[in-house]
Amino acid sequence: MHKPRLQLQASFDIAYLQYLDKQGQATQPLPDFATPDWLSHCHRQMQLARLVDDRAVKLQRTGRLGTYPSTLGQEAIGVATANALMAEDVYCPYYRETGALLERGVEIEEILAIWGGDERGQNFQHAPKDLPICVPIATQMLHAAGVAFALKYRHQQNNQPLQVAVASSGEGATSKGDFYEAMNLAGVWKLPMVFVVNNNQWAISVPRNAQTATQTIAQKAIAAGIPALQVDGNDVVAVAWAVRDAMERARRGEGAALVEAMSYRLCDHTTADDASRYRSASELEQAWQWEPVKRLDNYLRAQGLWSDAKQQDLDRELAQVMEVALTNWESRAPEPVTAMFDHLYARLPEGLYEQYDQLRDEQQGVAE
Amino acid sequence: MAAQDNGITLVEAVTQALAFELKNDPQVVVFGQDIGANGGVFRATDGLQKTYGADRVLDTPLAETMIAGIAVGMATQGLRPIAEFQFMGFIYPGLDHILSHAARMRNRTRGRLSCPIVYRAPYGGGIHAPEHHSESTEAMFTHIPGLRVVVPSSPARAYGLLLAAIRDPDPVLFLEPKRIYRAAKQPVPDDGEALPLDRAFVLREGADLTLVAWGASIKETLAAAEQLSREGIEADVIDPATLKPLDIHTIIDSLEKTRRCVIVHEAARFGGLGAEIAAQIQEYAFDLLDAPVQRVTGYDAVMPYYQLENAYLPGVERILAGARAALEYVRDSGE
Repeated sequence: MHKPRLQLQASFDIAYLQYLDKQGQATQPLPDFATPDWLSHCHRQMQLARLVDDRAVKLQRTGRLGTYPSTLGQEAIGVATANALMAEDVYCPYYRETGALLERGVEIEEILAIWGGDERGQNFQHAPKDLPICVPIATQMLHAAGVAFALKYRHQQNNQPLQVAVASSGEGATSKGDFYEAMNLAGVWKLPMVFVVNNNQWAISVPRNAQTATQTIAQKAIAAGIPALQVDGNDVVAVAWAVRDAMERARRGEGAALVEAMSYRLCDHTTADDASRYRSASELEQAWQWEPVKRLDNYLRAQGLWSDAKQQDLDRELAQVMEVALTNWESRAPEPVTAMFDHLYARLPEGLYEQYDQLRDEQQGVAE
Repeated sequence: MAAQDNGITLVEAVTQALAFELKNDPQVVVFGQDIGANGGVFRATDGLQKTYGADRVLDTPLAETMIAGIAVGMATQGLRPIAEFQFMGFIYPGLDHILSHAARMRNRTRGRLSCPIVYRAPYGGGIHAPEHHSESTEAMFTHIPGLRVVVPSSPARAYGLLLAAIRDPDPVLFLEPKRIYRAAKQPVPDDGEALPLDRAFVLREGADLTLVAWGASIKETLAAAEQLSREGIEADVIDPATLKPLDIHTIIDSLEKTRRCVIVHEAARFGGLGAEIAAQIQEYAFDLLDAPVQRVTGYDAVMPYYQLENAYLPGVERILAGARAALEYVRDSGE
């Protein structure tokens, strides 16, 4: 058999970044931003996310919340990503982002409202330009590309600093056309945006190796002409470095980048899922060995920055925060039923007056 | 521009409206495939990139999902994106974004963010185009809560309704009947005056029959009304123009006078917008009717290649037959 002689036309490398190993020991000097205060802040926010998450699952189990997607084991990705944004940047989250939303200033009661079936939760009062969480897969990446265009357009018109749009997703989302189309446009239009892919190994029941034949998710960005790297997603410092670096690059007008954060979904896909049907207990047990909170905890203790006493204080503080949020959430006045029409169009079209009145009257018990 | 004595065509009116808003609202950006240097495959954006620059009139990569999706992101940040799909037959990859996001953004954020987008698409048959270029699936889109679906049927209405669509704070699917893009000219002053959305237009008045049609079918419907007039039968011709939300009251008002109605559309019949209009007529005006509402439509068949497209599209003869069925109907007392 004749084999034609081929010339190498292109080549690429995908780098991998880690600062804290599985035991929480530094594998290289930490970056300047990783001060004791910053590390303690991340430590607190990751634990808050874990607590909110745990309570949300319990609320679902007792019928007080609808289906909820837990973020257990992936807290470092959300917290580090959202922490890298400035207030004016725009975050375009997928649905598994309790840690990121909290870090972004979204309140616990808003998160509970969303999963408790109340659209008012998406009114993100402290992040007014961020997109609502996105349930369809990968569509938020195209929205982020549009947001990035708008930010670049504003920057060119007003000469204000360039802001950045950040889209988050799971690795399953990278199987969709929306992902490729968004990266392609981000590359060709040099959009100020960052893709953060949470590679938690499972798209519901389909494992990563049944999702794609590529060695890394990161290399998918190569085809779009944008840089990418892989980081240890359970290492909050590594995620933060990568996202910050990508943001700075975008802010300088150099375009988009992708960060693949390697992690593991320690929970079921959602409260409606039972992961024991499709993955082994031993795999799960192994994954617990490198989860992000414990790793940072170990590091902080080794540095003399953390102790049992401090942990007890934090536990008390977070429990208090959670209780206040639960009370606020549960004491919310229910939304009037007519809200389903109030925000459908800017002004209710005349053709809908009749349905609006019918709904209002039904609620008031006027109609017989 | 081209406001000469004999006026401008429908597609030129589209260009004129786009140019007016590009000039007067810096938040407006126009994008799509081939719309820049090429001016669009139908020349609807002819010259706009030259005048307003490649940062506001942009050629995109070839990806309809992307075109629909980035409009959502742009609009949430305060831009006024106008996205062109080359043909309505290519809009379906974008449906996810139109349906799941553009039409719902205001609702799901309780008014925090909104999507003032115009999605433009040439639609309908009759121009001898290849497969997938002649669809008329407006009814699918009229089913979507939160969306507006607008169809102009003359140069003046194209100009006025497109301006209204661009200025509207909510997403609008603006379907341009390409068969009549260049069928007639009309003086359209470039005065920036919008026409109202959600309002039907009465194009012709008569007391004997109500004809409801939109888009390119207006042409044959008006011709049929002309023919009927020669026979002494005068018809109201109503163009809803905004198909969603629908102005049913103008149609009901007409029925108070005429008591007989024919709905004309080139889309397939089953589940078409004619079915919705007929259902609303019987809800609101059952007692007014002297005859069942007639539908004159395309067939429930795949839009054929162009050798058969004229057999598919409802022409004057089919409309006249529908009109006669409505006019000649006499109720059987059944006793």
